[in-house]
Amino acid sequence: MTTQELDTLIDKAFQGDRASIGRLLTYIERSPLDASRILNKVMGGEGGGHVIGVTGIPGSGKSTLISKLISRYKEQGLRIAVVAIDPTSPLSKGALLGDRIRMQEHATDPRVFIRSVPTRGVKGGLSFSGVAMIEVFDKLGFDKIIVESIGVGQTDIDIMNLAHTILVVTAPGMGDEIQALKAGIMEIGDIYVLNKSDKPEANRTYAYLDFALETGEIGSEKLKWRPKLIKTSAALGQGIDELVKAVEEHLEFIKEYGIYSEKISARRRYMVRLLAEKLFTEKLEEIDEEIDIANRDIYLEAIKLINKVVSQLG
Amino acid sequence: MARLFNEETLKIIEERLKKWEKETLPKSLSKYPLRQDSFRTHSNIEVKGVYTPLDIRNMDYFEKLGLPGEYPFTRGIHATMYRGRIWTMRMFSGYGSAEDTNKRLKFLIEHGETGLSLAFDFPTLVGIDADDPMASGEVGVCGVSVSSIEDMEIIFDGINMGEITTNMTINPPAPVLLAMYVATAEKQGVPYDRIGGTTQNDPLKEFIAQKSYVFPPEPAVKLAMDVVEWSVRNLPKWNPISISGYHIREAGSTAVQELAFTIANGIEYVRHLINRGMDVDEFAPRLSFFFDSHINFFEEIAKFRAARRMWAKIMKEWFNAKKERSLWLRFHTQTAGVSLTAQQPYNNIIRTTIEALAAVLGGTQSLHTNALDEPFRVPSEFAAKLALRTQQIIAFETGVADTVDPLAGSYYVEWLTDKIEEEAWKYIDRIEMMGGMIEAVKRGYPQREITDASFRFQKEVEEGRRYIVGVNIFVEEEDEEIRNVPLLDINQKEIEMRQRERLRRLRERRDKARWERSLKNLKRAAEKGENVMPYILQAVKSYATLGEIMSTLKEVYGIWVEPPIY
Amino acid sequence: MGGATDILELLKKSKGRRIKVLVAKLGLDGHDRGAKVVARALKDAGLEVIYTGIRQTPEQVVETAIQEDVDVIGVSILSGAHIPLMKKLMELLREKGLDDVPVLLGGTIPIPDIPKLKELGIRNIFLPGTSLKEIIKETLEAALERREE
Ligand SMILES: Nc1nc2c(ncn2[C@@H]2O[C@H](COP(=O)(O)OP(=O)(O)OP(=O)(O)O)[C@@H](O)[C@H]2O)c(=O)[nH]1
Ligand SMILES: [Mg+2]
Repeated sequence: MTTQELDTLIDKAFQGDRASIGRLLTYIERSPLDASRILNKVMGGEGGGHVIGVTGIPGSGKSTLISKLISRYKEQGLRIAVVAIDPTSPLSKGALLGDRIRMQEHATDPRVFIRSVPTRGVKGGLSFSGVAMIEVFDKLGFDKIIVESIGVGQTDIDIMNLAHTILVVTAPGMGDEIQALKAGIMEIGDIYVLNKSDKPEANRTYAYLDFALETGEIGSEKLKWRPKLIKTSAALGQGIDELVKAVEEHLEFIKEYGIYSEKISARRRYMVRLLAEKLFTEKLEEIDEEIDIANRDIYLEAIKLINKVVSQLG
Repeated sequence: MARLFNEETLKIIEERLKKWEKETLPKSLSKYPLRQDSFRTHSNIEVKGVYTPLDIRNMDYFEKLGLPGEYPFTRGIHATMYRGRIWTMRMFSGYGSAEDTNKRLKFLIEHGETGLSLAFDFPTLVGIDADDPMASGEVGVCGVSVSSIEDMEIIFDGINMGEITTNMTINPPAPVLLAMYVATAEKQGVPYDRIGGTTQNDPLKEFIAQKSYVFPPEPAVKLAMDVVEWSVRNLPKWNPISISGYHIREAGSTAVQELAFTIANGIEYVRHLINRGMDVDEFAPRLSFFFDSHINFFEEIAKFRAARRMWAKIMKEWFNAKKERSLWLRFHTQTAGVSLTAQQPYNNIIRTTIEALAAVLGGTQSLHTNALDEPFRVPSEFAAKLALRTQQIIAFETGVADTVDPLAGSYYVEWLTDKIEEEAWKYIDRIEMMGGMIEAVKRGYPQREITDASFRFQKEVEEGRRYIVGVNIFVEEEDEEIRNVPLLDINQKEIEMRQRERLRRLRERRDKARWERSLKNLKRAAEKGENVMPYILQAVKSYATLGEIMSTLKEVYGIWVEPPIY
Repeated sequence: MGGATDILELLKKSKGRRIKVLVAKLGLDGHDRGAKVVARALKDAGLEVIYTGIRQTPEQVVETAIQEDVDVIGVSILSGAHIPLMKKLMELLREKGLDDVPVLLGGTIPIPDIPKLKELGIRNIFLPGTSLKEIIKETLEAALERREE
């Protein structure tokens, strides 16, 4: 792609041409070089996009809930982008991207743009391109940028920390899962959502979560924000108003405490780090053959390898 | 106690079998090695070369088989079976507009048919009106379009609804279509006790296979059971539900899965009705079933026999049913549409014949045989006639209908019947452990099992481990004449426009206040969890449309989007 | 017919770039067995597959193709409404400037309709009985050809 072609594409994307936006995102996915050229053009300054991370227990209704949030934000006249992350099969390298199914009712809305992103082997979560996409959506003027992650692993936690507001979604009767996740994502939420509250066991789980929050067993107070617990039924559209309200409260809170821009800087730093990792590992794999195992000092050999990678990348 | 074999006999057979395995068999094997490493049924059950009394050594005759018309009904629900009456040859087909359907029904009645069958188009099947944007291009394509009571009135114009029975293949919108049917009959002056027919009304299999679901599982089941309860109490001649394995099988399940999931659905319905406070013997005799008959001949026969035995046991032992009729598994069968191929289509006649034979040997109450051109178009009249003739030849020429359950006592068939039952119980146990079929469906359990099975089957075919004539063996470079016969021409665009226009006028003309009130009442009843049938009847009479009634219910019940399963 | 080696060759050619396919159920019928089996087979062949779920309108399919920027669109229809639905779909694709995205169609399609569908610009039509291998091969070919343009 020539610079001129790229400029035209970016221009068209900024004029709101959706096919151009779609294509722009593809360039970001396909080549780090193109991605950085695109980001060069669009980055800088502070976007107005509120990044909402949605994580939680698999199958707890994250996608369904996001679909309901989209409906509400649409009513408010906002523009919404969704980055939906699904795992890539480690065996075939293929992926089936299924989050979208639950949001398809919004597919044709000009204010909504949904993009599925496979993890492509990045353990547990969002790859470089995923974060870069957030940046692009931000610059394109989307008001809410919602990221659905797969809800497992350390990377997931890292990514979520880049969102302005983190929702952790659970569902009734998932006690075991909640226990298992306690150490991980159960700590990072700004808002805890007990979805599927239409189910009979909901009250018990609610009481449990409420107690856990109260005692600090889950969630942790960040500055002065006390994590909230909201009961929803995405299926029946209940509790969504309360959820939207809590999200707005959190947004106001972080703006007031200056965390808002801090998060953006952290996000951008993380993006660069992810790109560095990506470039490094890819090159490393390329020169795998050249690793000298005759050399007994593996530390030295490793350092040599790093230098080799660096010199070749440079 | 009536053990079939005594220990002494078994011992002798066992010795002889060992000797046979050592002496006779190897000789034969050296000359004719086996064609395959293993032989397996569609359900992946491994089949041995020879079956003997040893394979059913503990069989107790009365516990496992009994006599025809007696518990556990393995051999049939009636003592005489087809010696008294041949199964019902029920064939159905779809046709465009309400007017066309009316003409067609009248034609059928003139030719002596009294059991009518209505196939609906897709918009009707998923409960949206003909003028909904989603319906565009589909109105009147696969059946008749019904959006309001006006359509129903046109369909039955000049037909005495007290003298016919009507089978309606409809699921989530079943309460609405039944209400329209009843209201139309009422207008004709037909009393409730003369309104007869069937609604399929089986929501759980929609989640598992057919996928014309609308509401989430719990309210879907609740609504369907409203139909059952209301029919049992108001329409003594109506069969309110047909618990269907057919679609499960067509979606690629194995025979065992079809059997297990269908029975598990039945269990869920029975539980629901009992929990409502109904007496099991009040509704159980009105439950009926619908199965597929596929090409793996003996497995299908065994499946039907096992089904009867399992259901009788469940009704008697789990639910304490007392009436004999409550224990009967009555079923309709259709031959397997998925077993037919577009390649060398005449072969489909033979497939259908074998499948029909299995259904008859399995003791079906009624049968639909597919037309040979089904894989690629709406059946031609000629093909439909051949399909019917297939049944007639089986009934009147072959003699298979002259004795009851002729395969009973075959070591293989009895072993296979036991085996299929055993495997089906395993599934049912697993579903019970999850808390029943509603829970299982929400977890995507049966969906996933079926997807895996159909994927496995497809792979076996592609890798040449399973043969389909004309597809992966004896393939011809053909382009047969028959496939070029033009389609049954329905003027889709015109039907759609006419339906839209009719709806527009109806919406303009109707009494707005009464219409609005009826929907409000319906909504309130749904919120309170009452039986909504009387309210739907009222709404239908107030000219609320199918789509409006379904939308009202969606507001209360929500809608279902299935968990992604591949 | 496409053997496994053909597929491997094609996959090699695509090296470096992931191929993204949209598998869509257009119309109201719920017969998704075929679409799902195909989606899974494509995934197993290493492709990225977006599955839309059932009951999609032509508008939804086209918008999804735009947002996901897919290389190929695969449509499954078993309701008999393939002519009006595909006509609409192809019109929309042209309107939105996506006429270079190859479209494949599977389902119970009567032979006499095939020329009409080809005229609409549909690249391949798969009738019941088409092997997964062939579908994978055709999908890869369609994707690669488009890229070479
Ligand atoms: N009863 C009930 N079911 C719900 C609710 N929300 C979602 N579901 C169902 O839960 C299942 C999973 O929903 P999804 O939205 O796909 O959940 P998810 O967390 O995005 O799932 P993954 O992305 O696969 O981890 C679906 O069958 C939904 O219909 C709810 O509020 N109540
Ligand atoms: Mg999801």
